[in-house]
Amino acid sequence: MSESIKTDVVIVGAGPAGLFAVFELGLLDIKCHLIDILPKPGGQCAELYPEKPIYDIPGHPLVTGQGLVDQLLRQIEPFQPTFHYGEMVEALEVLGTAEAPLFRVRASGGQSFECKVVIVAAGGGSFQPKKPPIDGIEVFEDKSVFYAVRKMEDFRGKNVVIVGGGDSALDWTLNLAPIAKRLTLIHRRDDFRGAPHSVKAMRELVAGNQIDLHIGQISALAGEAGELSAATLKASDGSAREIACERLIPFFGLTMKLGPIGDWGLNLHENLVPVDTEKFETNIPGIFAIGDINTYPGKLKLILCGFHEGALAAQKAHRYVYPDKRLTFQYTTSSSNLQKKLGVN
Amino acid sequence: MPKITYRDSFGESRTIEAELGTTVMENAIRNAVPEITAECGGGCACATCHVYVDEAWLDLVGKPSDQEEDMLDFAYKVQPNSRLSCQIKVTAELDGLVVTTPERQG
Repeated sequence: MSESIKTDVVIVGAGPAGLFAVFELGLLDIKCHLIDILPKPGGQCAELYPEKPIYDIPGHPLVTGQGLVDQLLRQIEPFQPTFHYGEMVEALEVLGTAEAPLFRVRASGGQSFECKVVIVAAGGGSFQPKKPPIDGIEVFEDKSVFYAVRKMEDFRGKNVVIVGGGDSALDWTLNLAPIAKRLTLIHRRDDFRGAPHSVKAMRELVAGNQIDLHIGQISALAGEAGELSAATLKASDGSAREIACERLIPFFGLTMKLGPIGDWGLNLHENLVPVDTEKFETNIPGIFAIGDINTYPGKLKLILCGFHEGALAAQKAHRYVYPDKRLTFQYTTSSSNLQKKLGVN
Repeated sequence: MPKITYRDSFGESRTIEAELGTTVMENAIRNAVPEITAECGGGCACATCHVYVDEAWLDLVGKPSDQEEDMLDFAYKVQPNSRLSCQIKVTAELDGLVVTTPERQG
């Protein structure tokens, strides 16, 4: 196992609240590592609505989800945060005391961190693949049913069925077609959202009888001891047929789940983390919660509220990270010290 | 105000009064109608406000847009009468609308 990374703060979630917290902490000389389950920064802004306009960011009459993320990344660049993508924080261990907090945080990839402060900025929770509503699918998971392709070799020489109509479904159809015994793509309608060139390449494989394309939905799975042998396809006209299927890869998008955060000993209220409104600290001293994941009287799930919460949490975090330093409040407009940190002076 | 009836997957019905110009999803959330999640808050960016429109209302409610169809790909048990309720605007002629919620949203 790799060595534990020692840092001031671990931020769980790289959405807008987590990103801006890096800025507020950075002004106070606090270093951060961010961990996010997605392969990119931005959280819901980048994953759910990158193209959609947001109208309520102060000073931005209109900015798209991705536009906001890009601007935030630019803004925090001087503070050089370290990002750990595609990972979920699995476990949190309290090592320190209420006065001098210290935590060990373990990410799903095996990397562990030692930090004085944890900021939970996990939004609606971690993004996880949606599972299709097929009875008994669980027994086949990780053996025959996969929600992502990690090792292509697992699919060599197998009857592979891919379900979905977006880029993930199309990309893996094109990638796995040459090595699968037979590949079948199933989508609920004969219309694909993916990139046009991928759709075209897929149609060519169908025309050349190299893969099968069926319009409909999977209604049942058959197999034994986790090894899949067949899937039942229900066409839109109600007719059903069986398809040879040893590997099933459903691509039904992502949904948000609270995940392991629920097991850290934090108080929870309807899957949200209660905090005070002075420091946005949880019931565990040294663990803060900002953005959509927290709750307090009057809470609004707005990006701008997440920014405010990060700024206040950073003030208290400073006391944990630098217990002997006095914090003087400064403005970026007038403080040459802050301007130096931002690289503008 | 137009009335909307939400029938849940157990067969229980709830009728609420909806304001003109709001969406069928918003009225569900405001009235704590179960089985509607609306994870993205009405941006047509998820598929967790999925409803089945009662056959009698299909023509009046109309067809989903391309973007909505793309999102419906992520919904469970999509049927020809499936819609995302955040994309159905309440109009006077929809007074009496009946929708059914699926057993799962996400």
